[in-house]
Amino acid sequence: MSTPKALQQSTGLKLASNGFLVLWCLVAAFPIFWITVMSFKSPRDAFADSPWAVLVGPVTRAQGNGLSIIDIIVGLVVLFFALRWAFTRLPKMVVQYSPPGLIVLGWLVGAAVYALAFILVFFVALPLVLGPINSILGPLGEPVLGLTTQHYEAVWGENEFYRNFLNSMLVTAGVVTISLTVGTLAGYGLARSGSDLAFWLLILALIFRALPHSVLVAGYLPWFINSAEILRPIFGELSPTLYGQPWAVIAVLVSINQPFTIWMLRSFFQNIPSELDEAARVDGCSHFQAFRRVIMPVMWPGVITTGLFSFLLGYNDFLVTSLLLDAQNQTMVPAIAGYFNRETTTTDQVEAVAAAVSITAPLFLLVMVFQRQIVSGLTAGAVKG
Amino acid sequence: MNKKTFAAFVGPSVFMMFIFIALPLVSVFFESFKITQPIVEQQEVETCTPGFIGQTCVTEVKTVPVLDENGKTVTQTEWVGLQSYRNVLQLDKVGDAISSGNWGDILQIDFWKALRFTLMFTLLTLPLVLVVGLSLALAVNNAVRAVRGPVIFISLLPFIITPVIGSLAIYWLFVGDGILTSLLERWTQTNISMFAQAWTIELLMYFFRVWNNAPFAFVIFYAGLQTVNMDTLESAVIDGASRWERLRHVIIPHLMPLIIFISIIHLMDVYRVFEEIVGFRSQAHVISLQWLTYDFLVPDDAGNRAISRASASAMLTMIGIVILLIWPLRRTWLDHKGGAH
Repeated sequence: MSTPKALQQSTGLKLASNGFLVLWCLVAAFPIFWITVMSFKSPRDAFADSPWAVLVGPVTRAQGNGLSIIDIIVGLVVLFFALRWAFTRLPKMVVQYSPPGLIVLGWLVGAAVYALAFILVFFVALPLVLGPINSILGPLGEPVLGLTTQHYEAVWGENEFYRNFLNSMLVTAGVVTISLTVGTLAGYGLARSGSDLAFWLLILALIFRALPHSVLVAGYLPWFINSAEILRPIFGELSPTLYGQPWAVIAVLVSINQPFTIWMLRSFFQNIPSELDEAARVDGCSHFQAFRRVIMPVMWPGVITTGLFSFLLGYNDFLVTSLLLDAQNQTMVPAIAGYFNRETTTTDQVEAVAAAVSITAPLFLLVMVFQRQIVSGLTAGAVKG
Repeated sequence: MNKKTFAAFVGPSVFMMFIFIALPLVSVFFESFKITQPIVEQQEVETCTPGFIGQTCVTEVKTVPVLDENGKTVTQTEWVGLQSYRNVLQLDKVGDAISSGNWGDILQIDFWKALRFTLMFTLLTLPLVLVVGLSLALAVNNAVRAVRGPVIFISLLPFIITPVIGSLAIYWLFVGDGILTSLLERWTQTNISMFAQAWTIELLMYFFRVWNNAPFAFVIFYAGLQTVNMDTLESAVIDGASRWERLRHVIIPHLMPLIIFISIIHLMDVYRVFEEIVGFRSQAHVISLQWLTYDFLVPDDAGNRAISRASASAMLTMIGIVILLIWPLRRTWLDHKGGAH
């Protein structure tokens, strides 16, 4: 479609609008890019006051940690091929090896395996190969760019951040599966029922959506801490203390997420023509059979998108997890707060930066893979009203 | 769909919302009128310290908590009416401040400080986010097709990043002599510390919120722009409408439902402002309503949580959001009624 002549823009306007975009992209990406750079430098470089020192890292280089010109060239070449492979071969392999109907699962496994292989090649195999080469080459092998992975090693190794990572994964996986199971049923019911009751349920859900989470947590805490005593008459000695239990937190996050989930899924189900399930009903299916055989095969785009947002809620949550879980099974985001208290030396600070980057990396991958779904999810609720 | 099937479909979801949203609200409501304290008793305790000739013994009356046979403190719960609300609101101090004419003193009290910040933050970030989001959508819509995908990708990053981490990222750019602070210092030739006074922290918080929320508005506006009626636009051009007039009279009315949608979501989300305070560690200078409740719920040094005060402040927080949302919800209700008939 060509732009009508009258709508064409003057050069000045084009410049201004493109300049604004460039500025926005810089502002949007800069903080994330910068903490990634900081996390690879020794503390003195990371908190240096000149940006150049942070980028090049003279102190890190002086400590013998750095990349030579050869390293950089080989690294860039490997990076280029890795990225090209990710966009050409990987999708094909995912399609080929994942069982039919479970393509989403295939993508998740594929992305995880790819990330793991990437880390292995980049941070284990390459240094092993390039180390001897650098020592042979002399001046070309001298490090020019300071870079160290010691903070990541400290965070994931000594500080056992992988425990927090596993807890986060447990909580988010639970939140995503349960909210989708419960939410699709409710979303479908609400989309196909035009009754006043359905409308009032949706309005009530909207009010629940507005509640600040601290209000709800204030309601849970006294009961969760004393739940063993309260439940004793019913469950006897087996009654659990809900405080500090990951599955209790999953239940809480699922419920907090329900209002949003059912609104979103309802708008997706409204887009599926109701003639589809009516036809199945005429053929003698019950509502549940129609849902299972006719709706389920076509609902996946909406479910994936809603699942992404449930994932973000579970993964990003600070308030609920920090108040309802104890130190033994803390998730990643509240665990970062633990660094504040110990943050006495600059090494601790850079370790906190490295932990923060570690938390952000999966989200970055998520946007790369699912950009289209996130955008469609954001617009689904809005454009339809 | 008959009532029974509807109930079967919606049942699990409603059940979960009832257990974990409705019941906690009722519980908070009742807890806010009660107070649970350890029972204490007065005991005469004789403490002796070895002295030069004989022991020096001091007898004093101490208040100690009563322990049960398991060694736990015995607590008692009593109804105190509005006492917790009084503790949170501190109306007597407010009265003093008003009668002495020092209105600023009201903002020294935690609750009023938090209320002032939360409301101002919610209402001021709204126009900022709308304007930045709309300008981005217009700019991307004008741009070459090839750059749209990458720009949307980069724009989504601040939106999906964990809010605590996002605010920390900005904190690290400015903390101490972080690169941006030293850049500002070189530029203005003054010594700047961004996290030492309230107004600079608030400024950064506004920046963070717009950075974090504008992408959401942008993506929605961008989708809305794709559905603008080209015929209307062209007839506006033929009628001699300038670019600004077209924006004002064609595009913005077309986007109005989206503007209302974004505003409602924005009110809900920004009213619970909290993560910035954790990330910027600003509790000494700037606090929000949700942070106030959180602070009551975190155990103090003795391990006690101020549940009753937390409940009172939670109830007050809830009343606030209900008041903020009455007007938009009424509108939805009228639309629904209008649509039904």
